[in-house]
Amino acid sequence: MTSAPTGDVVLSLDGITHTFGTVPALQQATLQLRAGSVHALLGENGAGKTTLMRVVFGLVRAQQGVMHWRGKPVTVRSPSDALALGIGMVHQHFTLVPGMTVAENIALGGHGLFHPTRAAERVRAVAHTAGLTLDPHARVQDLSVGAQQRCEIVKALARHVTVLILDEPTAVLAPAEATELLRWLRGYANAGNAVVLITHKLRDALEVADDITVLHRGRTVLATAVRDTDQARVTSAMLGGAPPPCADHALGDANHTPPTTGAVVLSLHQIQVRDANGVDRVRSATLQVRAGEIVGIGAVEGAGQHELLRVLAGRLPPTSGTCSIPDTVGFVPEDRHRDALLLDAPLAENLALSGASVRRGLMDWDQLRTQTATLLQRFDVRAAGHEARARTLSGGNQQKFVLGRELEGAHEALVVENPSRGLDFVATTAVHRALRAARDAGMAVVVYSSDLDEVLQLADRVFAMHHGTLVPSEKDRDILGGLMLSGADAPVADRTT
Amino acid sequence: MMTTRRTFAELAATITTHPLAFTMARVLMLVALSMVMLSVLLLSTGHDVMAALSAMVRGAFGSYYAITSATIVRMVPLALAGLAVSVAFRAGLLNIGAEGQLLMGAAAATALSGALTGVPWFLGIPAILVAGALAGGSWAAIAGALRLRFGVLEVISTIMLNFVALYITGWLVRGPLQEPTGINPQSATLVPELQMPVLLSGTRLHAGVVVVILVAVGVWWWLGRTASGFRLRAVGATATAAASAGRINVPRTMFGAFLVSGLLAGLAGAVEYSGITYALYENFSPGYGYTAIAVALLARLHPLGVLATALLFGALEAGANAMQRDAGVPSVVVSVVEALLILLVLAADRTHRSRADESGT
Repeated sequence: MTSAPTGDVVLSLDGITHTFGTVPALQQATLQLRAGSVHALLGENGAGKTTLMRVVFGLVRAQQGVMHWRGKPVTVRSPSDALALGIGMVHQHFTLVPGMTVAENIALGGHGLFHPTRAAERVRAVAHTAGLTLDPHARVQDLSVGAQQRCEIVKALARHVTVLILDEPTAVLAPAEATELLRWLRGYANAGNAVVLITHKLRDALEVADDITVLHRGRTVLATAVRDTDQARVTSAMLGGAPPPCADHALGDANHTPPTTGAVVLSLHQIQVRDANGVDRVRSATLQVRAGEIVGIGAVEGAGQHELLRVLAGRLPPTSGTCSIPDTVGFVPEDRHRDALLLDAPLAENLALSGASVRRGLMDWDQLRTQTATLLQRFDVRAAGHEARARTLSGGNQQKFVLGRELEGAHEALVVENPSRGLDFVATTAVHRALRAARDAGMAVVVYSSDLDEVLQLADRVFAMHHGTLVPSEKDRDILGGLMLSGADAPVADRTT
Repeated sequence: MMTTRRTFAELAATITTHPLAFTMARVLMLVALSMVMLSVLLLSTGHDVMAALSAMVRGAFGSYYAITSATIVRMVPLALAGLAVSVAFRAGLLNIGAEGQLLMGAAAATALSGALTGVPWFLGIPAILVAGALAGGSWAAIAGALRLRFGVLEVISTIMLNFVALYITGWLVRGPLQEPTGINPQSATLVPELQMPVLLSGTRLHAGVVVVILVAVGVWWWLGRTASGFRLRAVGATATAAASAGRINVPRTMFGAFLVSGLLAGLAGAVEYSGITYALYENFSPGYGYTAIAVALLARLHPLGVLATALLFGALEAGANAMQRDAGVPSVVVSVVEALLILLVLAADRTHRSRADESGT
């Protein structure tokens, strides 16, 4: 699928240097983007990928360095400058107004009068030309994540951009949606445009990209065409020359655990969950999780796994069905910022959050601070001590902190949603190791990940969730994928080749 | 709607996370800043700056009497209402209704004191204060129930309830609570036995100042050291995380915050009634409940900081009166300065915030 375009360089970054406070985010970073290419920008968390692209999009003014647009030096002071040049960006966290329609969102930032019908027509036309499905009249809050992302893309395309920057676009998508997006990006680039794909997913990068730039600690450490490199070299560059992470990150280590005979810790029997709008999110789920095993759940976006995990974690009472779960279940939700952390509070207070509902009387802050310090050490959380605010930690360290807190607070069961969302190799490995250690220490662990490979890597047993129904699956990528997409009626046998 | 709420939560979170020392230093800076702004304002309106400023300083701090009977006496209701606002804001609730809750507190105190003839002071005064606090709490509970049961934004409902409370007060002092002669629209004067003891004879400094300090320390201790205070702050910081990670009952915690906030504002009304006015009348509060929002915000919602900022505002308002009397400068000039101060502080918080955001990315 990878062609070898020899397009002209449309965008060239040289010697970009930027420091936040005393933290150097970019040091002499470079990047050459060619017309007609998909360019993967890779690097660990905090390597400076997003910052470099924020410089391009005018959200950050670099302290040093030059940017050339089609051969001419340019200064981009704001996103409007970038859009005027033809550079659009789709952020990792979408910038849409939930209560407005697609057409209204896309019209935002325009000039003059707003004609609802004309705006809708325009969205329809842009989406049609681009080959994207999008209902202009749908409210953004009702759209799936995939559709919201298409809305962001159409928003950029409506401004006639020829360079599209996407920050971790596949992180939130189900496998099928991700494949679809990457295919679309390929086509968009082939039409003479250019795409910068910020990603952690090496597989995506190698599959779809023409060129690769790898950043490490703010420096460009590798810039090459994909056909001139291989996975091992890119991995090593991302880790700053260190050897690839240990074998437990690789696929295929799944067969080493014998089936557990531990006691049943979490038990659901014919659970149903109906949401406030009367929609059945979970139609039927029966599941038993034993001490000392990791149960993995595979599902596409919106299949009811969100609600199922919250029932398992004791955060959501089911509408019907019987369940037996311990009083305290550790829960690591996918949206750390929203559901797990008080970003502006010190870490000690974030630790105190666990079990806050049953605490009585006085807060023993001295003890909590000591506990926090111990936790930071035990789970290798890099933070400036127990008084550091959660916001100042990197995503990986926030996740390690949350996981550590939940493991300290609950001893029987742990429910984890997208454990490595937004994390780099090293942090992902650490999180996976902690989950396996919890399993080995006799906890019942449930893991859902939108990354099928992650589910298969971690789980001892797997289930697929399809349209609110939970079905057991074999530990096989194709079988699990088939069940996720089509439910129990899937012609499973045909898929196992 | 979501956006406003989120921005506010962020703001409240930033404000709450600064230590007391920082707040104190800030208050001093604010004093200097407000004097500069006032001078500019006076100059541009052609007033004699030195005469006006010196009248003002004399009015606020110029004498033993000015300090005790003008500045501190004004600080008391401002601080209590400021604590009320702080508690609500820290729970992420925009209680703009301290004014109404204060009035209802004063009304309940007035009503009860009529029935307390012959009761000794050590029972009567606490009873009056408790009645005021309960009435304020109940008034805030209406807004709390509206928010939690029907999703009515408390910003709207508390402002509306302020008007209701104001008109109820107007009716009370012309009807059930009017003084016996029925001539003036005000209540009968509180019997001397039930008046707050004066701390320093020859001044108006009453025991309410002790109440304020105790309450401020109490609120500080409650928010910082107790489990329920922590839950309130967690809900205010990020309600979703409080519910998910802390499994905190968010509606219940919010309702509790409404109640406590109302209790404190109601107490402010009762203390003002039995300490200063000794009667209820229509203009009982010169907007204490609204100024309290500024007091709380300038203190970054820190309970002890509220004492300092309330003192600053007490001095500004005491000084404003003297300035009008002695230098002929309209006292509303000071209101302009107060408003400018708030804008500056909020702007500084926003800038601080966006810098912090940038370096976090």
